[in-house]
Amino acid sequence: MSSTTENDLECIQVKKHFGSVRAVDDVSFEIPKGSFFSILGPSGCGKTTLMRMIAGFETPSSGDIRIKGNSVIGTPPNRRNVKMVFQHLALFPMMNVYENIAYGLRCAGASKDVIRTKVHDVLERISLPDVANREISQLSGGQKQRIAIARCMVLDPDVLLLDEPLGALDLKLREAMKIELKLLQHQFDTTFVYITHDQSEALVMSDNVAIMSEGKFVQIGTPQQLYHDPSAAFVAGFVGDTNRWAGKVTRLEGETVEVETGAGLAMRASIRGAGRPAPGDAVSVFVRPEFITATRSADAGTGQADNRIDGKIDSILFNGANSRVLVRDSAGELIEADVVLTGGPEDLKPNDAVTLAWSAAQTMSFAS
Amino acid sequence: MKQTDIKRLSLYLLFAPFALWIALLIILPHLGMLYISLREKVGPRVYEFGFENYINFFNEPIYWNTLLRTGSMSLLVTVLALLLGFPIAYYIAKIAGNRTRGALFLMCLIPLWVSDLIRAFGWILLLRETGVISSSLQWAGLIDTPIEFLYNDAAVIMGLVYTVILFMIVPLVSTLDGMDNSMIEAGYNLGGNGPTVLRRIIIPYAMPGIVAGCIVVFMLTAGSYLTPILLGGKNSSWFTEQIYDQFITRYNWEAGAAFGFLLLGFTSFVVWAGLRLTGQTLNSTVAKS
Amino acid sequence: MAIKSNPAFLTSYRLYVALFFVFLAAPLLAAGVFAFNDSLFPSLPWRGFTLDWFFNDTEPKLGMFHDRRLLRGLYYSFVIATGVSLLSVFVGTCNAFLFVRCEFPAKDFLYIMMVLPLVIPGVILGISILLLASSVANGVEETLSLDLDFLRPGIVLVVLGQFSFITTITSLVIVARLKKFDQSMEEAAYNLGASRVRVLRTITLPFLFPAMAAAGIVAFLVSFENFNTTLFLVGSEAPLTITMYDRMVKVGSTPVLNAVSFFLMIGSALLALISILVQRDAPKT
Repeated sequence: MSSTTENDLECIQVKKHFGSVRAVDDVSFEIPKGSFFSILGPSGCGKTTLMRMIAGFETPSSGDIRIKGNSVIGTPPNRRNVKMVFQHLALFPMMNVYENIAYGLRCAGASKDVIRTKVHDVLERISLPDVANREISQLSGGQKQRIAIARCMVLDPDVLLLDEPLGALDLKLREAMKIELKLLQHQFDTTFVYITHDQSEALVMSDNVAIMSEGKFVQIGTPQQLYHDPSAAFVAGFVGDTNRWAGKVTRLEGETVEVETGAGLAMRASIRGAGRPAPGDAVSVFVRPEFITATRSADAGTGQADNRIDGKIDSILFNGANSRVLVRDSAGELIEADVVLTGGPEDLKPNDAVTLAWSAAQTMSFAS
Repeated sequence: MKQTDIKRLSLYLLFAPFALWIALLIILPHLGMLYISLREKVGPRVYEFGFENYINFFNEPIYWNTLLRTGSMSLLVTVLALLLGFPIAYYIAKIAGNRTRGALFLMCLIPLWVSDLIRAFGWILLLRETGVISSSLQWAGLIDTPIEFLYNDAAVIMGLVYTVILFMIVPLVSTLDGMDNSMIEAGYNLGGNGPTVLRRIIIPYAMPGIVAGCIVVFMLTAGSYLTPILLGGKNSSWFTEQIYDQFITRYNWEAGAAFGFLLLGFTSFVVWAGLRLTGQTLNSTVAKS
Repeated sequence: MAIKSNPAFLTSYRLYVALFFVFLAAPLLAAGVFAFNDSLFPSLPWRGFTLDWFFNDTEPKLGMFHDRRLLRGLYYSFVIATGVSLLSVFVGTCNAFLFVRCEFPAKDFLYIMMVLPLVIPGVILGISILLLASSVANGVEETLSLDLDFLRPGIVLVVLGQFSFITTITSLVIVARLKKFDQSMEEAAYNLGASRVRVLRTITLPFLFPAMAAAGIVAFLVSFENFNTTLFLVGSEAPLTITMYDRMVKVGSTPVLNAVSFFLMIGSALLALISILVQRDAPKT
């Protein structure tokens, strides 16, 4: 028993070794009741192993996992009140929708009447009241998704684990399901733990996101914190698009450093992450494309930006509201900057000479 | 840990039937057969250990001639089955339309489930002196007296090809079916003509299926008993007949066991040599089909 | 169509394929059709249609359904085939779980051992099992003066002999299906609160069932038509193929054999069709 019962799930210094490979290395976190928590990391970072330990399919080498304050180490998966939506959903093809949802209730020995009421109730809540007698193969991708969630939610779990369930869907449906999942989580008011390598899924849906790399949690925070205030170069590079340079510190000035990149560009950046660099230290510098303004050099004047670089437009990446230009600077590197393209004559065109400007505060420098 | 205990227990439980099957019905009987083949009767219930049964085999030309004849005819049957079966398999897998493909494949499979005996019986009714072919030819006025088509080597070979060709076609169809049509098209696109595409692309791709088919066909042919006897008559000299003869007619189990081992050794050697020559393994071929 | 060739080539190719299927069908047709010829010999000329070779109850045209020895053969074949298919599907299912799910030393080698019986000539399987069983039976009789009847040629040995290589077929069929099984379905069921036994009963076995049924039918058919292995192990309870062979050798061909052939062909075709349908309707993962 623990005093922190307001947490649905706690992991305390969880480790998992496979031979000499440390799949999960000293991970600790807690998830408050009713929140949407994502674990975001590249494939092979250990997030699936972590989830399988929470579900009980793997046993941690050391550490403790607590659900509603009670340790579940040694509890087999079928006795844990943690339900899981699998990557390929794992709906049972030999049963229809009703039987799929009733499966867990039958295992728990519920009476026929209770099962019928609960199944219809949960179908109502996922707004698919009429599909009970359909076969799984007759459902659309999005419907399967919701049935897989309903099959777990009907058992009223303490925590629902979701293992990249949107991976197999096409783009449009994936966008729609992101919103739907968020709404479902609100509606059921249950803790969702969502595993993904797709940052936009994690950022859009989550209350909190943990960034995982090589078995460790690098940073836990709200999506905004991760995006605007990453604690490490890995997070800055992994979350969101960014321009990245490797360089050396030439001068220190309060919270700002002057950096000379490998190709010879000089820029001013704010110090982020742990520790203060000294002149001569190697650093990685990040600027997001939306913080860079690109103007035709003729119109640029002499603004007050911390960083100004002249270059030439190499190509235009048109994508509606998210359009971007690739600018080749004097050192020959390509820099990405967001632009607004209205379709009018004043739009930037390839080979235009442009001036890029951005502030030091939005330029993040991490010791590397 | 409890989890690992369950795993270990289920491994043992699953292993037991496999071990019993392979040990009691495959390995032990063959060891027993080897043992019996290596003893000779020197008096009633008195045996001596030795190679007498094998020496007898090599001293009696009729025995090893029969084995050689069985082997060479089996090889011929295998080659014929491959040459005749490959175009059929290719047609089913690559040329036939979607709907005919299923029907043709089914038509190939249905005779597969009809006993050798019935198939041989059918051939007898067609080929014998009073059979369908002979009387049809007479009726058409092409021949004057009935002709006996049975009881010669050609009838035996044709009957064997008929019996085994489906075992060649089925693995070939499944290998060719897995081949991407665009590979063939790319072959043409890059300037190949029919024969080069066949030789350079299709046949190398189908090699596991070809080898699998050849192994099964050869084993079935060399080990067949009914077809040579029924279509070749009593003098078809097939090696399995010799084995049957030693066992059932002469009640000489020692010699019969030795003959059985020789047949097993001979066929295994041919299969092994075939695998070596084509660079395939038993796992990559037979186990897959 | 993969190859675009000139029409003449394609036409002759098609002709060859058509001829091949005529070649395939010819002996089966001959074996089947003469069952309905109202003649004492299964040969031309055609003397009119009759069902006597199935249903007539007097000599000389004793129909197959009144021929005691053929019926007994049919019965024994049925008993043997049922035994073989049940046994071989059971062991085949165990083998599938063993080779797909378990890790153990020398797995590749043992897998080859599992495939091996398929390439051992049936005659050899028959005599080797006969030799071992007889040696054991003789040994037991001499030392313990105990007569182990089931080790003498008879139904038990026939079942064991056929089982020895048919199990390879059933194992391969069930292995292929189990390999396609998405193991996360078992984990999902376990996660939803099912016990291990319940997972096996409600998820894994229903998924495997089509392959088990198909393997069982194949085993049944192969057992029914087997001759080579059975020949050496058969005792007084001869199955149908052996009875037919005896009849063919001793009496010569008579239309009642055509009737049996027709009956068997229809039966096998139906069973084969069922096995194909069962597998096709199987849910995909």
